[in-house]
Amino acid sequence: MFEDLKLSSLPRRRLLSAAATGALGAAAYAAGARAEVRIDITRGRVEPMPIAIPSFPGTTPESTQVGKDAAAVITADLERSGLFRPLDPKGFLQEMSSLDVQPRFTDWRALGAQALVQGVVEAQGTGQMRIAFRPWDVFGGQQINNGKAYGTQPENWRRVAHIIADEIYTAITGESGYFDTRVVYIAESGPQTNRLKRLAIMDQDGANHRYLTDGANLVLTPRFSPTAQEITYLSFFRNVPRVYLFNIDSGRQEVLGDFPGMSYAPRFSPDGNKVVLSAALNGNSDIYEMDLRTRSSRRLTDNPSIDTTPCYSPRGDQICFASDRGGTQQLYVMNTDGTGQQRISFGQNRARYATPVWSPRGDLIAFTRYAGNDGNFYIGVMKPDGSGERLLAQGFSVEGPTWAPNGRVLMYFAQSPNGGRVRLYSIDLTGYNQREILTPGDASDPAWSPLIP
Amino acid sequence: MKLRTLTTVVAAVLMLAACNSKPKPQAAAAAASSPPPAAAPVAPRGPAPDSIEYFNTVVGNMVHFDFDKYDVTAADQSILRGQAQWLNQYPARTVTIEGHCDERGTREYNLGLGDRRANAVKAYLVSLGVNASRIKTISYGKERPLCVVSAEDCWSKNRRGVSTVQ
Repeated sequence: MFEDLKLSSLPRRRLLSAAATGALGAAAYAAGARAEVRIDITRGRVEPMPIAIPSFPGTTPESTQVGKDAAAVITADLERSGLFRPLDPKGFLQEMSSLDVQPRFTDWRALGAQALVQGVVEAQGTGQMRIAFRPWDVFGGQQINNGKAYGTQPENWRRVAHIIADEIYTAITGESGYFDTRVVYIAESGPQTNRLKRLAIMDQDGANHRYLTDGANLVLTPRFSPTAQEITYLSFFRNVPRVYLFNIDSGRQEVLGDFPGMSYAPRFSPDGNKVVLSAALNGNSDIYEMDLRTRSSRRLTDNPSIDTTPCYSPRGDQICFASDRGGTQQLYVMNTDGTGQQRISFGQNRARYATPVWSPRGDLIAFTRYAGNDGNFYIGVMKPDGSGERLLAQGFSVEGPTWAPNGRVLMYFAQSPNGGRVRLYSIDLTGYNQREILTPGDASDPAWSPLIP
Repeated sequence: MKLRTLTTVVAAVLMLAACNSKPKPQAAAAAASSPPPAAAPVAPRGPAPDSIEYFNTVVGNMVHFDFDKYDVTAADQSILRGQAQWLNQYPARTVTIEGHCDERGTREYNLGLGDRRANAVKAYLVSLGVNASRIKTISYGKERPLCVVSAEDCWSKNRRGVSTVQ
């Protein structure tokens, strides 16, 4: 049943065999009951929940190491979310030496832990490992849920750890997670006047970093397909800026469409069958939709203005975009056939709005705002009808928000003045928990993948 | 021909002097720092009139734009008249016009704006008789600044159209 599978390319259902670990002892979790341990992440600032994540014990030296490393990855994921405060394992009073050990809740309460993650890594005869976990409500003295077990090749441990972190996040917040995801971005190096730009990809925590292009061509604005297996991006290959498709696993690239001039600003449709983009002709940029199955294109806007950065709603029934047809760049929404074009942003003091991106939940559109009174750039969100604008991050230059798949966290890039450093940051939708995403060098144009299927 | 070109450049310098907000194009700097070829009739110095160097330094290969604008200003028109004249004189030459922007805009919008700027330059050259088939355009948006100081003086230098002759 278990094949030797390559991590990056695999659908989750083939990578893992998951099963509930089952209930344990008298404190068994009652199915359907709401755990008492809960974080409401829709509130503003949240006091991070103290959580204990002991190393997962193994049954062999190798599985013991995996258990230690997996616990560290889970700990780091939950810590970066800003919602959890993992406790220092040095203070732990009880050794959780197997999944059969019943937690001594008084010991964990004494440390202030509200939640406890119990796990184990079992080496199996097939060369597989079985990684299991069980989350506990320390104050309630009961399981939060039944937990899960995953059978996998040992080298996939890191991905399993992210999946477990997502499970814990979901168990405690009620929201889907975002740790089993990747980020594709533009790695920048060299002088600003002649910058080397490469496509790069990494796990959301910075692990498994690699470059997808060699820097021979200027590349910009990568975006994931909904399967996270393909990227659409802009390349200046042969000095013609055009939209390309890139298959991450095969490395195969192909130009998209047959536009006479520059094509740019691509994004996939939610079903992955289309790409919406801008194409420029004689200095005028309009929005087109490319059908990836028929390779036919359809013009959606026809206006003597810069119509660009189109983006689908998660249901795929609307497109938001930016246009300067009103004199300055503002946000618009239209139907996917180009009808019903309606302006939704009305910047005061000449403020421009750009790079709209629809939240995966559908309730908000994230944007870049700039050139207003104070000259700063902002990352913000508004409802799809333009109401309820909130600014989340600001700086000399902040740009290009991308959503975590649960619609609760945004990533963007920020540039320091005078050609200074360019880095990726994440921030919660609440406006709190701003974090730098560590990259080997300068970084821009992040695109957050969906949860890896 | 050379004298007429120089007259054009001098006119451009005078117009620029009256307009402090625009950066000095390279043509003006070249004209100001080197003696006119007519002053050295025995052994003319400087690049040959049909050379790329001549185009870049004497005719002037660069025009500039206001923030978020793409209209060809009066000073730019003067430089572009010189470019058109040179291109019409050397019909074997082709030209690629690069459109560039400052850092005070988003990456993708600036690609569109740079494309607009390059095409505005192209349209002006075509209006002066240069065959459109000899002119390519490319937008670099804000990806290839000349100057990386975050101040208007530098931004105004980066908002440019560059004519690169081949």
